Amino acid sequence: MTLLEITIITMIRIAIIISVLLLTVSYLVYFERKISAWTQNRIGPNRVGWRGALQPFADVGKLLLKEDIIPSASNKSIHTLAPFITLVIAFSTYAVIPIGPNVTLFGYDIPLAVADVNIGILYVLALTSLGVYGITLAGWSSGSKYSLIGGIRSSAQMISYEVSMGFSIAGVVLVAGSLSPITIVESQYGWMWNAVLQPIGFITFAISAFAETNRLPFDLPEAEPELVGGYHTEYSSMKFASFFLAEYANMIIASALIVTLYLGGWQVPYIDKLGLGETLTVLIQIGSFFVKMGAVLFFFIWVRWSIPRFRYDQLMSLGWKVMFPLSLFNVVWVAVLIMLFNI
Amino acid sequence: MILEYILFAILGLVAVVTSVAMITRPSPVMSAIFLVLNFFALAGLYLLLNAQFIAVVQVIVYAGAIMVLFLFVLMLLNTDSEHAILKEKRKLKFIGIFIAVLVFIQIGYIVFYSAPSDSVTKEIAESINAGKIETIGTELYTTYVLPFLASGFLLLGATIGAIVLAMKKFE
Amino acid sequence: MLTEFGKIFIFLLLAIGFVGIALFAAKLIRPHRPTKEKLLIYECGENVEGSPWVKFNIRFYVVALIFLIFDVEVVLLFPWALTYQEFGFYGFLVGVIFLLILGLGMAYEWRKGDLNWDRTKPNIPELSKILTNKNVSNVKIDEQIKES
Repeated sequence: MTLLEITIITMIRIAIIISVLLLTVSYLVYFERKISAWTQNRIGPNRVGWRGALQPFADVGKLLLKEDIIPSASNKSIHTLAPFITLVIAFSTYAVIPIGPNVTLFGYDIPLAVADVNIGILYVLALTSLGVYGITLAGWSSGSKYSLIGGIRSSAQMISYEVSMGFSIAGVVLVAGSLSPITIVESQYGWMWNAVLQPIGFITFAISAFAETNRLPFDLPEAEPELVGGYHTEYSSMKFASFFLAEYANMIIASALIVTLYLGGWQVPYIDKLGLGETLTVLIQIGSFFVKMGAVLFFFIWVRWSIPRFRYDQLMSLGWKVMFPLSLFNVVWVAVLIMLFNI
Repeated sequence: MILEYILFAILGLVAVVTSVAMITRPSPVMSAIFLVLNFFALAGLYLLLNAQFIAVVQVIVYAGAIMVLFLFVLMLLNTDSEHAILKEKRKLKFIGIFIAVLVFIQIGYIVFYSAPSDSVTKEIAESINAGKIETIGTELYTTYVLPFLASGFLLLGATIGAIVLAMKKFE
Repeated sequence: MLTEFGKIFIFLLLAIGFVGIALFAAKLIRPHRPTKEKLLIYECGENVEGSPWVKFNIRFYVVALIFLIFDVEVVLLFPWALTYQEFGFYGFLVGVIFLLILGLGMAYEWRKGDLNWDRTKPNIPELSKILTNKNVSNVKIDEQIKES
């Protein structure tokens, strides 16, 4: 293939992934509202389209037409920059996540991830560590007390849980012996899922992922009763929409990461024993990835509408005194496992 | 090869522009943002040299941890712009410019008058794999076990130091 | 030849372009009618009081400092984790010593109480204490509650 061909194929793949991501994000909002309504015995959105199915588009249209209010006390350039950073980072993480095994299409061998980088997991970790900027800058630049407190709280929370996230990932890398997400998925053949091998790492990673996405019970940065809207109190129109979209995009990425790292990615146990055709197998595998991801997403929403918010000191001591030692222990546990059973 | 040169030029330009902007911005937070951008350009340059580990560490540690700490400090202190300080100390400005010119001349001399010898280019060709994380991991076990563990102790020292300093502040 | 990093570079450029276009398009079609009251920051409808940039608890700074150190250790752990399976027991030993040093730092922090997030103890007036003083009128109880 020439350089031009590769570039064009890559760009098409990126365009597909970004648009699929956007569609999923908008429908995730819809499903969250529906599920919350179901939990609280309400009806939920039901006016726009069949059972409110067009609600996401109505929301986007409304936010597009809203006036953008930039408070005169704010630092205008950084105020605009912050949602931009948040959304770009939320989208870019998706570049390395594989949704299926390599497929052969029109004579090309195409991996079902935008890029198969040999340091993919570190790329994800790097982008997660940059996610702090959007929120911190948003809080600082708004010039509002609520925003500032929300921003500072949020960044302290995110960096606290990032450490245990890093150690949990180190456990996965120990088993796979590779930093490439595709190899990590391939190493979880059959029932050798990382969730089975290292349940502690799975739990610490999942909880850290909740904290990184600022979802309830970790949504202290926007604790409504005390901080109004937290770091996005002073945001309106498309800039607010950016934060909103980024939160849901981060949720999708977190669930995709949990599936890739711990739940075997696209792997379905014993599928090669069934003797299905190659195309059918690949289709089932891709489908299984999305089913697993959907289950994790439902779990995210379920937790949000079931569990109350932490107090801030509880949050910090959970992060440093429980998650951090546990993830450290997990690394040793996996190292011993490999030593004993030569996995 | 041409693509590589173009990327190098772009990233180098970004690095230079952002570092200049970082120094000249009056607002410290703006400076910090430009420094982060500069780190990105540097990470890109490292990737061009096939030094993947350094590139990622540049982003994770420098941009993701050290600069966050900086931002925290800037927010905690809420420093105002630096204009006032600069206006008072005119002399310092001249000394600064003088030193900058000296450094620039030195760099220019190195770039134009010292061509790399054959042995150096050979070493560069050999070092193409040196930046990979696998290579670094292997080296850490075989050649550099002691420095690796010593770095662990250094970090332990840093932890204790940080706590002692913070404790003093509390009292 | 376009490497995998090149693809990520394109992805980043497209993401930036996409978000930029979305934000810019909204700017073209939305109304813009600012008034003085609209541009005030939100403070529950009251007039804005004092500087928004308040002083913080130094704890946040300490957390960032501790995070920085452990972040470096995580990054140093990755090359070890990657090549662990090649080195057998020797690699295990090196890793365990490194993790032990790390754990030592954590234990020290724990012991010194830097992992605690102190919160100010709420001063709740206890009715039972006040009521033990017999022969007190209701007015006095109210005063005592106010004082404590």
